[in-house]
Amino acid sequence: METQNTYNYKVVRQFAIVTVAWGVVGMLVGVIIAAQLLWPELLPSVPWLSYGRLRPLHTNAVIFAFGGSALFATSYYVVQRTCHARLFSDGLAAFTFWGWQAVIVAAAVTLPLGISTSKEYAELEWPIDVLITLVWVAYAIVFFGTIAKRRIPHIYVANWFFGAFILTVALLHVVNSAEIPVTLWKSYSAYAGVQDAMIEWWYGHNAVGFFLTAGFLGMMYYFIPKQAGRPVYSYRLSVVHFWALIFTYMWAGPHHLHYTALPDWAQSLGMRVSLIHHPPSWGGMINGIMTLSGAWYKLRDDPILKFLVVSLSFYGMSTFEGPMMSIKTVNALSHYTDWTIGHVHSGALGWVGFISIGCLYYLIPRLFGRTEMHSVRLVTLHFWIATIGIVLYIAAMWIAGVMQGLMWRAVNPDGTLTYSFAESVKATYPYYAIRLLGGILYFSGMLLMAYNTWKTVVGRRPVEAPIPAVAAAHA
Amino acid sequence: MSDFTHEAWGIYIAVITLISIAACAVLLQSLTTRRVRKGGEVGTTGHLWDEDLAEWNNPLPRWWIWLFYITIVFSLVYLVLYPGLGGYSGYFGWSSEGQYRNEQKRAAETFGPLIDRFLKQDIEKVAADPEARQMGQRLFLNYCAQCHGSDAGGSRGFPSLRDRDWLYGGEPAAIRASIAEGRNGIMPALGAAVGGDESVKDVAHHVLKLAGRTHDGLRAFRGGAKFETVCAACHGPEGKGNPQLGAPNLTDDIWLHGGSEAAIMETINKGRKGVMPPHKNFLDAGKIHLLAAYVYGLSREAQKP
Repeated sequence: METQNTYNYKVVRQFAIVTVAWGVVGMLVGVIIAAQLLWPELLPSVPWLSYGRLRPLHTNAVIFAFGGSALFATSYYVVQRTCHARLFSDGLAAFTFWGWQAVIVAAAVTLPLGISTSKEYAELEWPIDVLITLVWVAYAIVFFGTIAKRRIPHIYVANWFFGAFILTVALLHVVNSAEIPVTLWKSYSAYAGVQDAMIEWWYGHNAVGFFLTAGFLGMMYYFIPKQAGRPVYSYRLSVVHFWALIFTYMWAGPHHLHYTALPDWAQSLGMRVSLIHHPPSWGGMINGIMTLSGAWYKLRDDPILKFLVVSLSFYGMSTFEGPMMSIKTVNALSHYTDWTIGHVHSGALGWVGFISIGCLYYLIPRLFGRTEMHSVRLVTLHFWIATIGIVLYIAAMWIAGVMQGLMWRAVNPDGTLTYSFAESVKATYPYYAIRLLGGILYFSGMLLMAYNTWKTVVGRRPVEAPIPAVAAAHA
Repeated sequence: MSDFTHEAWGIYIAVITLISIAACAVLLQSLTTRRVRKGGEVGTTGHLWDEDLAEWNNPLPRWWIWLFYITIVFSLVYLVLYPGLGGYSGYFGWSSEGQYRNEQKRAAETFGPLIDRFLKQDIEKVAADPEARQMGQRLFLNYCAQCHGSDAGGSRGFPSLRDRDWLYGGEPAAIRASIAEGRNGIMPALGAAVGGDESVKDVAHHVLKLAGRTHDGLRAFRGGAKFETVCAACHGPEGKGNPQLGAPNLTDDIWLHGGSEAAIMETINKGRKGVMPPHKNFLDAGKIHLLAAYVYGLSREAQKP
């Protein structure tokens, strides 16, 4: 019975520490491929170091290894603390940790070897897909099992988002990864042609929507009010934007397939839901930022709050930009250009990265019996370096993207194209250099974080936090 | 997977779309409350988690509510005007294919005469026209440069278009046919037919000799006999090639796949395959005419002393 009176911090600690490690790895690979675009002959000419194989390694490492581990760590922490209950099963929780790490290692081996389903963000081959499914089912059991044994009748808003994220990712993964194995490392998709494309982007956009948004909104709803010491701004707003957000995200996939073989009606539906989707997205940003009203002064010297609030600003920016880019006329300019890369990174570095980093800086000291990180000044330094890095990165990609879109469509008076493709590549060159610089800055921030984490953790004994009594209002 | 072609699917899409839009509006409406009066207190929901987590019950921001309604109204209007509700094609009757055809039509009307005026002139004359050459170069950079290089100098496996050597003939008609119909060049793998590695090496030295390169005289002599029985069928007894087959001239020291002993042996052992895709399906006659003239002009320049 002893263990039942404490929270399971062990699995949270494990996931929190590997989040930092995978963050360093994923962003290093990002810096490498950014450098490859600048200097294509940078690395020895062997297949497993080629851009085409390292790029999925980068996306998988950042999304699933860094982002995924951050989600596991925070959701396990938040669900326990807001339910006043220990995790449903310590054994299954440990399985999710080791299982997820096995998935990541398998990805890191197979992707450079060229083993890939070729579906973007779902490149991993079928044996790994099976393992992901097992881990995810265990995750769902642990999470919802903990919700079921909660000692507070009301389910906290962060848990709605974590719950939606877990359920939907299970659905997305199983449907999109339906494939027919041919050999141990080769399979074919169960779908064909435009239906395959539609399912892939239904998955792809919801990977953004649920993996990279709903789960991180869950973090936002716990760590911002906690760090600010203020109640969440509006319960009503959280209800409306939660339901509207998870409902509309499901429809938005077709906007990735504008002007393709996908029927026009499906493209239009994808676009119009993407527009309706804009206010619900902003609902989350408003709720987070307004939580600080009356406590703005805290932003001045609290770097954790800086990370959290700036992440919401990037979230607001990306979720305005996204619906705008889904409009066919805009998409005709932006699609296939580096603008898309800029958009993704304002979301990934600004929103997902910053909220995760902020939460980890809150979490790591508490998991090791400290009140704050080894060096708060280093956290502040990390914040500024990373912010400058993002701004350089996304500004370079915006300019490059719009320039490419305009160059590709420029026509001479005689009807021939003004520029050849290679000329647009040449014109992009300086922006690739600026992007690389931005990436290096962001990566340096991660190195600072790794060092700070090491100094915070080393020699410290892990703590087991007791479960506090339920507040009188709920007793 | 079967296709969803039954018209009931269209109705299903339309109904579920309209219900979903309405549901967004109902959700929004049901949680809209009055503004808080000035000086009025907003309470929390009364719930408390993890010692100090609570929620205010502030009303939804007004500007945000209006933003939400505007997007909903916009969507409804959009679905009336454009396709989206299943089989209903929208008030404007717009389709992406229609847009594409219109743009093509407009482009043909605007630019067609500018390009087609050269069709009346023969290729030699067009090649001498500076304006036509400029247009030809722009087309070349977009359609041909990927393989032949932006300077038309070619690369391994892709012939240079600036030299005097032609696989399929350098007359205007032959160049136009290459662009329009494409070409398929095949050199079969002949290692076994020649008789193993030593014999292949002999033949390679004969080829080096034909091209006027340094070679082993004894090997070239032995290889010459093999060449006549195996290679001459396409390349001719003197190795001058055959433009009817696209068999390269081996005597001019211009190499498509490399002219070293090792490269030549590889060519004989494994064979080679070269594909020039046909362009007539997406380039009209006027553009092909301009391209042929540009390429013809390039080789004429190369032939100047």
